[in-house]
Amino acid sequence: MNTSADQNTKCEVSFTVNGEKKSVLAHPMERLLDVLRHELELTGTKEGCGEGECGSCSVLLDGMLVNSCLVPVAQVSGTTIITIEGMSSHFLMKPLQEAFLECGGAQCGICTPGMILAAVHLLEKTPNPALADIREGLSGNLCRCTGYMQIFEAVSKAAPRRAAK
Amino acid sequence: MTVPHIVGSSVPRKEGWDKVTGAARYVDDMVLPGMLYGATVRSTIARGKIRNISFDPSIPWSEFVVVSSKDIPGKNHIALILDDQPCLASEAVNHPEEPILLLAHPDRHKLRKAVDAVAIDYDPLPSIHSIEESEEQSTIIWGSDNTLKSYLVEKGDVDAVWKDAAHIVEGEYFTGAQEQLYIENNGVIAAYDPEHGVTVWGSLQCPYYVHKALMALCGLPENKVRVVQMETGGAFGGKEEYPSMIAGHAALLAIKSGQPVKFVYDRMEDMVATTKRHPSRTRHRTAVDKDGKILGGEIDFTIDGGAYATLSSVVLSRGTIHAGGPYHWPSVRIRTKAVATNTPPHGAFRGFGAPQSLFAMERHMDRIAQVVGISPVEGRRRNFLKPGQTTTTQQVIREEIDLHHLLDRALELSSYTAKKTRFAEENKTGTRKKGIGIAAFLHGAGFTGSGERYLNSLVGVEAGVDGTVRVLVSSAEFGQGTNTVLCQIAAEALGLPYGNVVIAQPDTNVVPNSGPTVASRTAMIVGKLVQSAAQGIKQTLAKTGFLGDNYTPEQFRAACAQYIAAHETLKSYARYEAPGNVYWDDEKYRGEAYAAFAWAVYVAEVTVDLTTYAVSVDDFVALQEVGKVINPVLAEGQITGGVAQAIGFALYEKVLWQNGRMINNQMTNYIMPASLDLPPIRVFFEELGNVHGAHGAKGIGELPMDGPAPAILSAVEDATGVPFRSIPLLPEDLFEALRDEPIEQDFSPSTRGRA
Amino acid sequence: MRADPSDYKLVSPGTLKGVLSLLSSEPSQWLPIAGGTDVMVLYSAGKLPNRNLINIWNVPELRQIEVLPDSIRIGAACTYTALREHELVSKEFSLLATAASWTGGIANQNRGTLGGNIANASPAADSLPALLVYDAELTLVSVRGERQVPYQNFHTGYKKTVMTSDELIRDISLPRRFSGYFSHARKVGARNAQAISKVCLAALGQCAHGIIRDVRLALGSVAPVPLRLNETERVLTGQKIEASLIDAARKCVVKEIRPIDDIRSTARYRAAVAGNLVAEFLDKLAAAGGRA
Repeated sequence: MNTSADQNTKCEVSFTVNGEKKSVLAHPMERLLDVLRHELELTGTKEGCGEGECGSCSVLLDGMLVNSCLVPVAQVSGTTIITIEGMSSHFLMKPLQEAFLECGGAQCGICTPGMILAAVHLLEKTPNPALADIREGLSGNLCRCTGYMQIFEAVSKAAPRRAAK
Repeated sequence: MTVPHIVGSSVPRKEGWDKVTGAARYVDDMVLPGMLYGATVRSTIARGKIRNISFDPSIPWSEFVVVSSKDIPGKNHIALILDDQPCLASEAVNHPEEPILLLAHPDRHKLRKAVDAVAIDYDPLPSIHSIEESEEQSTIIWGSDNTLKSYLVEKGDVDAVWKDAAHIVEGEYFTGAQEQLYIENNGVIAAYDPEHGVTVWGSLQCPYYVHKALMALCGLPENKVRVVQMETGGAFGGKEEYPSMIAGHAALLAIKSGQPVKFVYDRMEDMVATTKRHPSRTRHRTAVDKDGKILGGEIDFTIDGGAYATLSSVVLSRGTIHAGGPYHWPSVRIRTKAVATNTPPHGAFRGFGAPQSLFAMERHMDRIAQVVGISPVEGRRRNFLKPGQTTTTQQVIREEIDLHHLLDRALELSSYTAKKTRFAEENKTGTRKKGIGIAAFLHGAGFTGSGERYLNSLVGVEAGVDGTVRVLVSSAEFGQGTNTVLCQIAAEALGLPYGNVVIAQPDTNVVPNSGPTVASRTAMIVGKLVQSAAQGIKQTLAKTGFLGDNYTPEQFRAACAQYIAAHETLKSYARYEAPGNVYWDDEKYRGEAYAAFAWAVYVAEVTVDLTTYAVSVDDFVALQEVGKVINPVLAEGQITGGVAQAIGFALYEKVLWQNGRMINNQMTNYIMPASLDLPPIRVFFEELGNVHGAHGAKGIGELPMDGPAPAILSAVEDATGVPFRSIPLLPEDLFEALRDEPIEQDFSPSTRGRA
Repeated sequence: MRADPSDYKLVSPGTLKGVLSLLSSEPSQWLPIAGGTDVMVLYSAGKLPNRNLINIWNVPELRQIEVLPDSIRIGAACTYTALREHELVSKEFSLLATAASWTGGIANQNRGTLGGNIANASPAADSLPALLVYDAELTLVSVRGERQVPYQNFHTGYKKTVMTSDELIRDISLPRRFSGYFSHARKVGARNAQAISKVCLAALGQCAHGIIRDVRLALGSVAPVPLRLNETERVLTGQKIEASLIDAARKCVVKEIRPIDDIRSTARYRAAVAGNLVAEFLDKLAAAGGRA
């Protein structure tokens, strides 16, 4: 089976990433995760499972938290994507980063970018979350190191600090 | 004299900023020019001879690099202990997923089809897949009798205890395999050129283990192999020995192709092909007096090592030494063995044999108490080790540990007595039964016996012209806090701000061998050496008159600059020295097994839902004595993380096997507990100090793995009356037991165990 | 990641007409992909047999939720998040909103679609039992026109449906007549979130003075298709809720379902738990006095 004869062609997909307009040439079924990491060299978004279970690949797609390992790049044409690298100016970022460091919310760090994005997504919708809201908001992000306690603490701590915009 | 304020305080994680900004660099984030991607062709059968290998012509093989065992320049084995594990199978395979061939290609997407296009014909041989089958010895797959290793520990006169026993209590206990499930899969990049030799960057715990393995595999001298640890996304023992295999594979492809090769497993491959926790079976036979005091007994502990010896002898060793728990055994005979089966070799996983044998001991203590007619709490009290007494290996307990106090405090923190009474009353009606249970245990830190002497760890500390101090160790950070704790210790020793101390990336070209990052030894043993080496810097500067007894950071900086101007570098090394009174007899397996034990009592509160037969843990108290807490936030994180993994071990994580192959090798069907499943985990520390550890620290990384499973099963027994003795305990198992078990309590019909 | 992206086509006609036209011109060649939470998992594992995919994520007609006086029409590509956030769905179709909150975590709810789960036809999908008890009706469209199919007739066997290869689910219609019912749902999975169900119950009931006027029960993961418990409903309707009835219902449930042993659970466990879930519902229905 020589594939070059029936090789599918790449297509141009344009979207905004972290505030910048980008255009990539990719096969339409390339995973968004791979386009971000390889074509755009945004390696902050991680692959943990490739099946949408661990949440390490979470990004914000038009403001919605999604698992980028399950998104074909062709579907992000014209959208706005934010990865962990683009979060630095977000008003929730500093409170979350500080709280994660204070509380021990990051140990090995591989789940942390996804976890922080999930926390941002939660706090944008629920500015004063109860513990039950935090647990639910992070239910799609697996952490093997912390046992979650210190992550919940960090998110709780960060929530009221958002006022310092 | 500086007042300790860095050690003991929760300074922020040294590499934390990179982790919360996404800047931390893991191996898959790294790309080298001309890099190829690697893939492994693996055995599809459990055991057999390789008859033929053919390559389907539909693949453009000229585009691929292909490596077989014939391409191995050095020895075809992964150097570890017995060196019996091949790097690549040549004539025969002994487990499913055993690596046979390696492929590399510039386009990672082309690899899967190529792997599938390699057809391998086997002549299958009979395979064995359980401890019992292995013991039967009707099929021999390893050595002369399938026994990878065995130990015998004897104390006192066991044969004499039975006649005086008021009760002889027997029990059999089982633990299943468990997958480490680090969120970052195994991965390495290898590069080769004739001048520098092989360089490997990887997700790993022990750079010098990989270094040693590559030397043997590639036939290269020490200075032609370099191993660099990248930021590592979780390990838990799963990256202790396995990286030598994947690094070996990448190195072979890099040597053959002359190009860098990246090998990163996907989740399915990592779960199916790499190491897991050893499954175990423990048999207890105990003579107790009428008050429930242990007179003596026999403990039979067997672990399933998989197809090759790898680390089984050491896992067995730790399981053996911990088999008696924190109790006084006047006499005991502990017979242990690791047996071979046709499954990928089992390996290191947090706890390393102790969670298995301690699970059995704790469940057995509940059984003893029940037979004698006393409470589980009282049963522990009557048998706790006291200072001055000896353990099963006849190690004298020299520290003033008071297990009664630890137990009292744990019971108070968990409101045990009040809850037990309340639950007994509330359980009379309703479909949700509550229970509370305890576990008492210990965990020895550092390598066993003469192990640390054998490791002969070396640590360096270097100062720069700007006064920055750099710690040089091969100890790896993988979330547990190595970087932070060692920098705290160095800063404390030098009286400098924590921010003035950094730690070198573990690179065998740069750092000395401070031993592997395992066995909960890093803070305790390596930390103490860091302290010495740092003090050495101070002494050097003082000796040359550049620095007085008390100084400011600025004065320190100036002194360093002066010294370096005169001597080029300012480095100090410290080498491990075995404490004088630690004696271990490897033949008789007797003596001072560990320089220090940490001690703990855990309490689990559960609800058993008789509608779904699911167990949920509602509250968890983890109380432990750990010598000295160097960083409270990090220490607490180690305990909560370990407890969470152990809750998984007890209630959620089951490996499903089919002919030696894991069939639920995806995160969707190998279930670890997540944010909605875990209880509040309440952590408390006591600090008795430890003469052998930095600032009195003992190891804590693995301790939390030992207690939760038996505490949970004890609580489930309290709730249901069923003495479960096998983990993982799934709802399906509870259902099967409750439907057959006579219900002792008078449940009303609507709450009786169903169907 | 085990698939080679260069082996796959993904086209985006952007309109329903364009999608249907492609589906009819090359029958069985094209697989529609909406949020991808099922398709992409198979793809990544190297187990997706289809090489040509049509993007329906960006077809606006499929994303609407239309509220009519007697019914609600949910576009097939509505996400679980959209369902959870819709006021009327939460108010009058709480079983569906609840099932939506159980489907994966937040990230998967933001992409997973109701139509996608229906078309994927796994008997374990959490929202399907709710659709059965709500008497859902599907509108299937193709270039040949449209047809309505009562959802209870949609599944014909394990992962088999009445859909022809040129058809697409356009919307799911639910009649607005269940506000007065007591509703109860429970999912049993290996953990509390992000778990494929072992057993899943959606139940509606109306009772007055302890007598059941109407009861509607559906279970997931206990048969090759999501199952409406018609037999058990017959046993219950018109009867007084008491211990003997609950026992009879439990026995009937166990007889009606066809659970299997699989990688997630066992047939015996599923049977026992299914019976328990129905018994639990009946207890709650009695306690609530049958009021909504």
